[in-house]
This record gives sequence, structure tokens and C-alpha cells, in this order.
Amino acid sequence: MCGIAGLIHRGSTDNIGEEMTAMLQAMKHRGPDSTGFALYNEGRSKTKYVMRFKVAEGAEARSGFEIQAQMAERKKAVDSRLKELGVEVEKRKSVTEYAFRYEIKFAGDLRELASYVEDIDNVEILSIGHALELVKDLGDATVVAKQYGLSKFKGTHAIGHTRMATESDVDIRSAHPYWAYPFSDVAVVHNGQLTNYWTMRRAMERRGHRFTSDCDSELIAVYIADAIDGGEDLETAMRRSIDELDGVFTYLIATSDQLGMAKDVMSAKPMVLYESDDFVGLASEEMAIRSIFPHEIDTFDPYEGEVRVWQT
Amino acid sequence: MANLTEHASHDMGMHTEQLEGRTQQRFFSATEGENLTQPFTYEVDFDRATEFDAQDLSTGEINNKLRQLMKDGYGSITMRNPGAKHSLAVGILNRLNLVLDGSLGYFGCGLLDGPNVHITGRVGWSCAENMMAGTVVIEKNAGSTFGAAIRGGDLVCRGSVGARTGIDQKGGTIIVGGDTGAFSGFMMQRGRMVVLGNAGKNLGDSMYDGTLYIGGKIADLGVDAVAEDMTQLDIDWLTAKLALYDMSAPNGIENMTKIVSGKQLWNYDNLEPSEKKLVL
Repeated sequence: MCGIAGLIHRGSTDNIGEEMTAMLQAMKHRGPDSTGFALYNEGRSKTKYVMRFKVAEGAEARSGFEIQAQMAERKKAVDSRLKELGVEVEKRKSVTEYAFRYEIKFAGDLRELASYVEDIDNVEILSIGHALELVKDLGDATVVAKQYGLSKFKGTHAIGHTRMATESDVDIRSAHPYWAYPFSDVAVVHNGQLTNYWTMRRAMERRGHRFTSDCDSELIAVYIADAIDGGEDLETAMRRSIDELDGVFTYLIATSDQLGMAKDVMSAKPMVLYESDDFVGLASEEMAIRSIFPHEIDTFDPYEGEVRVWQT
Repeated sequence: MANLTEHASHDMGMHTEQLEGRTQQRFFSATEGENLTQPFTYEVDFDRATEFDAQDLSTGEINNKLRQLMKDGYGSITMRNPGAKHSLAVGILNRLNLVLDGSLGYFGCGLLDGPNVHITGRVGWSCAENMMAGTVVIEKNAGSTFGAAIRGGDLVCRGSVGARTGIDQKGGTIIVGGDTGAFSGFMMQRGRMVVLGNAGKNLGDSMYDGTLYIGGKIADLGVDAVAEDMTQLDIDWLTAKLALYDMSAPNGIENMTKIVSGKQLWNYDNLEPSEKKLVL
């Protein structure tokens, strides 16, 4: 089933960590397996990024006698490769024993950086962003938010996902959101199934894109990344996706200053939308929006094949 | 089980329509009539009114509260702050005046048989699915599969509704003040749907029977849905029905488009599957 949510404060910032946690927790029944957040602040300078990465799956980190040493080795390898590429690490934070947050300074090619770091076995970059910080783990929204200290995350916009695993494993790798590798601030959450996943995945792989999971939702992130790489703007790419992605889907996508939604032509997956002058909230269920607006609000369902994009 | 005659079943009120076809079975026994009971139906007094706040109650608690109030004889109930919770006010099988002051989530007012419900806010997916009798009037918008498989009663949304409105509709009337999404009237079998605004694509796809009236533009028609001329009977019925809810067609009732089944699909073939196999 899965639940997705998005919010955007137009022209201001707020505690989006707390807001997104409340929205996703209200939809826990739609997917208790994992929860993910893509949170956006106002952004850093052009060469400054936050890199979120993990060196093991949560379950892996709790098993075996040698895993602690292996995780330390993997992290050491990441540090070494960053140094090799001339990445200046300004702040290091160990969020869990397997997930890390680095504030870095880097003027080179992000694809090269991401590929080189991910070449280390079992290391996965969750996001590299000027504005984006992507967090995902097993458990419901309050568990993940507490684990990663998201309760005071101030920012402009966010998307989130609560997952019921149907087509791939229950692990962090298959959890949403997906970072649109290697574009610094693009992330996607999706509710639905893509039936032409393998055909399109092979086409994307032939074009040099990489996939970290077997989850069909990752295709949307890669597809949009490919379109942006080709010079298309976000809205055009999303409109094209309505025709080219086959199946039933509603997805949300965010960039450093935009939030977009797209719904398939069958309108098979739900989405409720609330829009005011300074705020936009979207979710699979109105209950999620009500978790931050308990009073009566006017909401509606976007129609089939609809694409909308909002600016911060 | 004793044999059931058509006459007996009609006397028991179990058929509202004559079903046809060789594979239709008779399910009810006349001799079981005295054993049939109607659980969870209550004698209520419309002059006894009460209200309660649902803000801090769970779905189960709210529905149990409604049931208890009906059991206590209250015939007019107002629920404040439903808070878009799912599955509220379901399975009410007796007459009741119910006001839901706010918005409902998914599957609100399902399986109703008798009450008059007024919702001041919006409803999510599948509102009033399988409604058998009564009225449900929504002041704002509604989600997809609005009135799925309803069998009777009037279901009215003054705003716009999502996709697949009245999917598998088997009777009753659905009225939409605004627009409706794709696949509205999909596999419709009986009843009427009135949309005063525009309709999305594949309108009336694979409908068996029933009638759709559209006041605005139709994106396109589904398989076997065809336009038919409006008759005076249609105009009179629409005039009376819309007046009940103080609604009007923006371009005039006489300019609405009437859509019915073309009856060309396989299910209008008189052959049984075994017979069809022989022919093929």
C-alpha cells in the first residue's frame, strides 16, 4: 500500500522534521516496514554539501561477530577515498553505528565522488545535497525521527514515505525516498507499481545510470535524473513520465526549491491536496495533513494524469 | 431448504428489481423469513437530538457511540470534529438524521440503509459505498470511487469528485455538483448518475445499464457507452431531483448529455459459456 506525503512552506521555513514525522506517523497503517524523509533547508554555498551514507543495513549491523570491525573498515575506506578526491570534511557525525552525516566541501564532479565511494562494498550514499538531507530506516516515523534526531530540523520543504514492502526486501536499501543520483538535491517518493520497470531499468543502465535496489520506485528517481541530465526542466520531465511510466502510481519529487506531484492516467493511487497562500500539503490520506492542521481545511483529489509543481 | 417462489421473495422485500438471465439463482427461502432478524437497527425519535465531539475518539469508539445513541432513542445526532478519520458512520440500518460537522476520511458512511446524513466538509475515497437507502449530502469535495456499488438512496456531492465515481453502481442516484474524474460509471448496472460539471475520460466504460447525465464536457466515452436523446421524462425527473437538493444545471437541464449502455458487450450475448464454446 505505502503512504507518501509532501509539504512546502512558500517563502518561509518551519520545523519540517516534526511536521513530516507527524504526517507519516498518521499513515503508519499504510506501511509499517520502513520510513524515510527527504528534508530540505535553505541550502548551502555551491561547494558545500551534506553527505548522508551508510556502511551496513540495520539488520546486518546487529548480526555476526565481525560486523563491528567490518563497519569500521568500510568507514575508514570512505574517509580515505574522500581524502583522495580532495573532499574536505568539515563535520563528521555518527548518527547510528551504520549511518553517517558528513558536512563536506567539494568542487569536483559529484558522479565521480558518488561512484568512487559506493565502489566500497556495502557502502551506499543516501544523498549528497546543498539543501537535501535524506534519512531512511526500518520502523515507523517516530522511531526513525528519534533515531536520527529530526525533531528540530528546520527547512522549507520535505517529502516522506511510509513503506509496506511488496516487491523488494524490507531493508534500508529498498526504503524510500530515493536520491536521484548523482543530482545533488533531487529525491522521490512513490506509491504504486511500475509494470515496465525492468524494460526501462535496462534502458537506463545502458545509458550509464546505476541502481542500488530492485525496488521499482527507484526507477522514477533515475528517470527524472536522466531527464534533468538531458536538459529538461522538472515539470516537463514529470509530464513525460505520465506517458512513459507504465502502471499505477502517484509520486512526489523535490528539488532544492521545488516540490512536484504526478498521478497516473488511471488515478489508481490516492492523493489529497491542501493548498494555501503560504503552504502546500499533500498526502495519501487527509489524516496526514490533519496531523498538522487539526482544524477544518479545504482539500481535494488531483485528477488522473495530473502534474503539479510548486516553488518554495 | 424449502422451495422459494418469486412471489414470496418479493413479498419479503428482498428483491427491488427483477433479475434476469439463466444463471441467476434464488437464494432466499420463504420459510426462513420468520428467522431473519435485523441486528443493530433501532427505533429512534427524530425529536430527540444530541451531539458529541469526536476529536479524541477512535473510529471504533465513534461508531460505538453512534450505535449507543441510536439505542438510547436519539433520532437526530450531530458529530463534531470527525477529523477526516476513516470508516465513520458505517452500517447504520435505520432512519436517523445525522450531521457530520467536518470532513471524513476513506470509506465513510458505507453500507447505509435508511439514514439521512449531512456532511459539512469533504469525504475521502469510497464514500457511501454499498448504500442501500437514505440520503448522504456532502457540502465540499469527494475522493475517488464515490458511491461505489450503491444500490439505492441519493448520494449528493456539491463539489467535485475523483475517479471511478459510481463504479459498479447497482441502483440509486449519485449527483455531483462539480466535475468527476476518469472511469466514472465504470461497469454501472442500474440507477442514475448526474454530473453537473465535466466528466473525465472513459465515462461509462463497460456499463451494463443505468443512465448518466452530464452537464459539462465529456473527455471521452468508454467502451459501449453511447449518447442518447434526452426525453421529457428525463428532463422532468432531473428537474424534480435537482430541486430536492437546491441544485441546478449550469447550462440548463435540457442541454445535458444522456449516456446509456450500447448493450453490445459479451454479457448481452444470450449464450451460456458452454454453449458459446460449442459455437466457437
